[in-house]
Amino acid sequence: MRRAELITAIILGILSLALMWKAGEAPSWNPDIARFDNIGMIDGEGPGSGFWPFWLSFAMFGSCVWICINWVRGTSAPSQSEEPFLDEYGQRTLITVGGGLIGFLLVIYVLGFYGAIPLFLIYYMRFLGRHSWFATACVAGGMTVFCFFFFDIAMRIVLPKGVLEPLFIPLYDIFL
Amino acid sequence: MDVLLSLYGGILIALEPINLGLAIVGVIVGLFVGAMPGLGSVNGVAILLPFTFIIQSFTGGATSPMIFLASIYYGAMYGGAISSITLGIPGASTAVATTFDGRPMALAGKAHVALVAAAIASFIGGTFSNVMFTAFAPALASVALSFGDPEVFALMLLAFATFVGLGGDDIPKTIFSICVGLVLATVGFDIISGEPRLIFFDITGFSHGIRFLVLAIGVYGIGEMLWTINTSRYGTTMTKVDVSFASIFEAIKEFRFAWRGTMIGSAMGFFVGILPAAGATPGSLMSYGVAKLTSKDPDKFGKGEINGIAAPEAANNSASTGAMLPMMTLGIPGSPTTAVLLAGMVIWGLQPGPLLFTNQPDFVWPLIGSFYIANVIAVLVNLAFIPVFLWMLRMPFTILSPMIFILSLVGTYAAYLDMFDVSLMVIVGFAAFFLRILDYPVAPAVLAIVLGPIAEPKLRQSLLFSDGDFSIFFTRPIAGPITVVALILIFLPLLKFIKDKLKKPA
Repeated sequence: MRRAELITAIILGILSLALMWKAGEAPSWNPDIARFDNIGMIDGEGPGSGFWPFWLSFAMFGSCVWICINWVRGTSAPSQSEEPFLDEYGQRTLITVGGGLIGFLLVIYVLGFYGAIPLFLIYYMRFLGRHSWFATACVAGGMTVFCFFFFDIAMRIVLPKGVLEPLFIPLYDIFL
Repeated sequence: MDVLLSLYGGILIALEPINLGLAIVGVIVGLFVGAMPGLGSVNGVAILLPFTFIIQSFTGGATSPMIFLASIYYGAMYGGAISSITLGIPGASTAVATTFDGRPMALAGKAHVALVAAAIASFIGGTFSNVMFTAFAPALASVALSFGDPEVFALMLLAFATFVGLGGDDIPKTIFSICVGLVLATVGFDIISGEPRLIFFDITGFSHGIRFLVLAIGVYGIGEMLWTINTSRYGTTMTKVDVSFASIFEAIKEFRFAWRGTMIGSAMGFFVGILPAAGATPGSLMSYGVAKLTSKDPDKFGKGEINGIAAPEAANNSASTGAMLPMMTLGIPGSPTTAVLLAGMVIWGLQPGPLLFTNQPDFVWPLIGSFYIANVIAVLVNLAFIPVFLWMLRMPFTILSPMIFILSLVGTYAAYLDMFDVSLMVIVGFAAFFLRILDYPVAPAVLAIVLGPIAEPKLRQSLLFSDGDFSIFFTRPIAGPITVVALILIFLPLLKFIKDKLKKPA
C-alpha cells in the first residue's frame, strides 16, 4: 500500500501538470493568442477560458505534492500500511470481475448489447458464481429478452446490435 | 397559511395515481438497494437516473421523475437497517450505527423488535424533518433570492470548504478530489468565450463535455461495486426473525422505550443533514453518540439497547430530508445523493436554487408533498414486507452484481445513445475503484462535478463585474462573512497543525 500511495500521487501529479498544460492551450483559430495567455485576466472580459481549469489543476498538483510530503512523513494511513495494495483475493477479483466487465464492453462493440448481455451473465453466474446452468440460462435469457422489449420495443431506444443486427429485423417486423 | 395551502395542493398532486405509483415503486426499490450490503441510496439514484428520462417522456414534467428518485432515497434510509440487524452488515453507510445495538438485539432473539423500532423511528425522524423542511425551505429560498453571483460562489466555496475542514478524510486527497471534479466539469466548450477546453487527443466525444451521468454511474455503479466485491469477502449468517402478527404487535408496544433516542436522532439528523459535508452517515453516528452520552444507563448501549437503534435510524431519515434543504433552496447539495438529484433536476430542464420556489411551485410543492407520502408508504411497506426483504437479502451477489453492471452500461447508453460515454464510464469506474482503495474520497468529486458548471460562471462574472478584484467576495455584506467562514474552514486543519506543533515543546 505504501508504494502504491506514492506511485499514485506521482502519476496524479504528472496528470495535473498535463492538465495545466492543456488548460493553457489557445484556440487553434486564433494564432494571436499564445499558450497560457488565457489563464489570467483579459481586459474587458474578466478571467480567460483557461483560468478556472488551470488554477484548479495547479491546486491538484499542489495536493499531490502534499500527499508525497505526508508519505515521507508517514502521516497518512496508506503510507503507514504494510498491507498490499491488492491482496491475492483483490487481484483475482480485479482480473475476473474487472476483466469480465472490460470483456463485456468490448463484446458490445462486436455483438451489440443483446449478444454481450447473455455472454456476460453466463460468464459471471456460471463461471464466477457457480450457479446451475438452469438458473444461469433463465437469468441470462430473461434479462436479454426484458432489455429488448423494454428498450427497443417499448421505449424505442435502439441499443447497438453489432453484427447481430440482421437477426433483429424480423423481430422489428413483428413487434413494431 | 400560504405554505399550508401550497403543501395541501402539493400533497394532492403527489397522490395522483402516476405519482403515487412511482412513489411506491421508488420506495420498494429504495428499500431493496438500502438493504443490500454494498448498495446505498446514491448507487440506486445514480444507476436509475437515466431511466427517469423515460418517466419524463411519459409524464412530460420533472415532478414525477423527481418523486421517483426522492422515494428511492427515502426507501434506502429505511432499508439500511434490515441488513444491519439481520446480517450484522450495514446495508449502507448510513446504517452503520444501527448495527451497534441492532445486531446484539437480533442475536438475543429480538430481531423483530429491532426491525420494528428502526421502522417507527425512521418514520418519526422523517416526519419531523418534513415538517422542518416545510417550515424553513420557503423562508430560506426567499432570503436567497437576493443573492448575486459573488454570494452564490461564496456559498459554493463554503460547501467545498466544509469537506476540507470538517469532512474527516485525508485533507490533500479531499482537495484533490474536489479539484478533479471541478476540472472534469470544464471539459468541452467554454460557455462564456466558446473556446474549446481540455478536449483530450481531439476526441470528439469530449467536445460535448464529460456528462455527469457518466461520472456518477462510473463512480457509484462500477467503482463502488468493484470495491464492495473486493471488501465483502466473508460469509455471513442471517438471524432468524419472528414475523408473526403477535410479535410485530409486541414490538410496537416495546417502542415506548425508544422515545428519547428517536427525539435526539430526529433533531440532530435534520441539522447535521443540512451541512454540505455531513449528510445521513455522520448524522446517525453523532445521534448514536449523543443518545449514549445522555443516557442514564450508557453501559446498555452496544448490547441491544432500543434507543441505540432508534437514534441513528431517526437521524438518517431526518438527515436525508435535511440534505434536501440547501439543495432545493440554494442549489447546493448536502450529500452525494442530493448531488445526483440536483444533476437530475438540471438534466430535466430545471434551474435549482431559490428561484425554484418562485418559478416552479408546481414542481416544488408536489415534491415536498411526496416526502410526506413516501414516508408513510416506506413505513407501511417496510413493516408489511419484512419477510420479502429478508428473502431478497439471500440473493447471491453473483446474480445481483452483474445485473447492476448491465444496468449501468445500458442506462448510460440509453441516456445519450453514445458508446463513447459507456466506455468512459467504465474507465471512470476503474479509476474510482483504485482511488477508493487509497482513501481518496469520491463524494467531494461528485459534488464538484455537479457544482462546477454553476460555480465557474459565478466566479468569472463576479470578477468581470469587479474588474478582476477578488475583494468583491469579502466586501459584500452576505458574501463577505460566508467567504471568511469558508476560508477559516479551509485553513482549520493548518491552524490545528500549528496549534499541535506549539503544544508539543511545552
